[in-house]
Amino acid sequence: MRKTLIALIASAVALPALAASDAKAPMSISWSHLKPFGTFDRAELQRGYQVYKEVCAACHAAKYLAFRNLTEIGFSEAEVKAIAASYQIKDGPNDEGEMFDRPGKPSDRLPSPFANEKAARAANSGAYPPDLSIVVKARHNGANYVYSLLNGYEDAPPNIKLGDGMTYNPYFPGMQIAMPKILNDEQVTYADGTKATIAQMAKDVTAFLSWASEPETEARHALGMKVMIFMLIAIGLLYAAKRRVWAGVEH
Amino acid sequence: MSSNGFTNPIVKWIDYRLPIFTFMKHSLDEYPTPKNLSYWWNLGSLAGVFLVLQIVTGIILVMHYTPHTTLAFDSIEHIMRDVNYGWLIRYLHSNGASMFFLCVYVHIFRGLYYGSYKAPREILWMLGVIIVVIMMATAFMGYVLPWGQMSFWGATVITNLFSAIPVVGEPIVTWLWGGFTVDNPTLQRFFSLHYLLPFVIVGLVVLHLVALHQHGSNNPLGIDVKGPQDSIPFHPYYTIKDMFGFAVFFVLYFYWVFFNPNYLGHPDNYIQADPLVTPAHIVPEWYLLPFYAILRAVPSKLGGVILMFAAIFILFLLPWLDTSRVRSARFRPIYKQFFWLLVIDSIVLGWIGANPPEGIYIVIGRIATIYYFAHFLIIMPLVGKLERPLPLPESISKAVLKAQPKAAE
Repeated sequence: MRKTLIALIASAVALPALAASDAKAPMSISWSHLKPFGTFDRAELQRGYQVYKEVCAACHAAKYLAFRNLTEIGFSEAEVKAIAASYQIKDGPNDEGEMFDRPGKPSDRLPSPFANEKAARAANSGAYPPDLSIVVKARHNGANYVYSLLNGYEDAPPNIKLGDGMTYNPYFPGMQIAMPKILNDEQVTYADGTKATIAQMAKDVTAFLSWASEPETEARHALGMKVMIFMLIAIGLLYAAKRRVWAGVEH
Repeated sequence: MSSNGFTNPIVKWIDYRLPIFTFMKHSLDEYPTPKNLSYWWNLGSLAGVFLVLQIVTGIILVMHYTPHTTLAFDSIEHIMRDVNYGWLIRYLHSNGASMFFLCVYVHIFRGLYYGSYKAPREILWMLGVIIVVIMMATAFMGYVLPWGQMSFWGATVITNLFSAIPVVGEPIVTWLWGGFTVDNPTLQRFFSLHYLLPFVIVGLVVLHLVALHQHGSNNPLGIDVKGPQDSIPFHPYYTIKDMFGFAVFFVLYFYWVFFNPNYLGHPDNYIQADPLVTPAHIVPEWYLLPFYAILRAVPSKLGGVILMFAAIFILFLLPWLDTSRVRSARFRPIYKQFFWLLVIDSIVLGWIGANPPEGIYIVIGRIATIYYFAHFLIIMPLVGKLERPLPLPESISKAVLKAQPKAAE
């Protein structure tokens, strides 16, 4: 056990040194939702959802999102019903004890591309594509990191030897990532006519994933503004009251 | 019926049978408080407010949380997404812990600066030290409950410390875990204790207050209240002053809750615990970092553990390590400077705790650790003996009145 602890502390020391020293610092993007009192851009979120759905969802789950949550990014209830119904959801067991497929409902969670982690690893040469509904808040400088990672694929410098099935990405800790470069220009066709460059898709999908990680962001900012205004008034009143109460005391 | 001057017949009826109104009157209305307390004296009652807030938000969180390794992480996301204002309750709780510690640490340093631990307040001080120790245990166990990567690995590192105890160390660790590794039994007992300990803290706070009210508050001059001209009733004077202070402090609290709720936490704790993957960098919450730095400053594990606990328990001996008879550092020109060095040293230790123990960090960590103990074991006793304190004012009211014309200018 003594050794375990030493090993733990040693790894706590050694790994960040590796991780911190080699990965490139993420680019800095001005995200509308990270500004004080900031909000999301609905059109951007919907484009981002399209990128997630058509590209990322092939490998990455987003299990904390339900279809009903999509009303929060500007889809109408009818649209959400239609989106949900386009998926087949495994349900059951029914009265005969059988599992069965049925069209999705708004209350369903987004289905995962793989049945379990083992299946996901088997299909991705051993790597487990992380769940994306929580990924932005699970990384340092989350939004900038995800954006940089998606934009960051480039040819490996000659001195770097890539492992089997690995791709070079300077923003990833260790610089070798099992996820291949998946975004290419015109990968998706945006309904609103926005040109689908890699940078555009990366920004849109990162905004969407930021919302997916912290869907309460806008409500939090709005309530925070009210609370702060209330506090400023309360501070003023309490200060006046304090002065009044203490007026007669020599202090 | 009673001579306490209550006129409301219901109040009178109740008070005759259960003297709660007499008690309240005695400890608020009639409780004499030095008239010169500064805003540094707000932090004690503010810490009390945070204790209550933590208990209230915690009780609500428990209504939605599931203490099981397979469900805990998901139940946190359930709180964040599906429970009405669940995000608010959880962020109030997680950031409330940080603010609670901030209050308590400032409260402790205030006590150090103004000599609040000196006779006759030694037991009051020691009760406070016990409170902060239990707070640390409570906070540590609370951080385990979301069952993220930092929860799991933090729990592993900290519980493993007990294996440093000779002979019985390993059986103790197995006993703490309820198994041979940090697992579901560990999570469930931490949950149970995390719910219990705050109420233990409440009991200790009551004792802390009983001890406080025995001799009343210390004050920035550090001299005793000598008569009615030196004091004012706690209510309304300090109730209103405290409330103003709360409001100001709450702006900081609400800044974290509403605008930067995860800044004080670690992103790895949004990755579900995985016993097979060690995080790159295992760090405790900020309020435990100085102690973590002391733990790692010592090359021997047992030595590190002993020193880490000693760093807190040395505070018990403070009333006897400080040989000066003057309480307030305002009249102790030499001690005052060492006090600020200790503040800087503690911040340095916190910074070292956040960094990997390698290269220059090890050297700085060791120097800061040695200085921390030297402050209490060498500097305090010596300065108390050698320093020539400034003349003390005759009384609080005299000092207050002398300062008056200056303030008017």
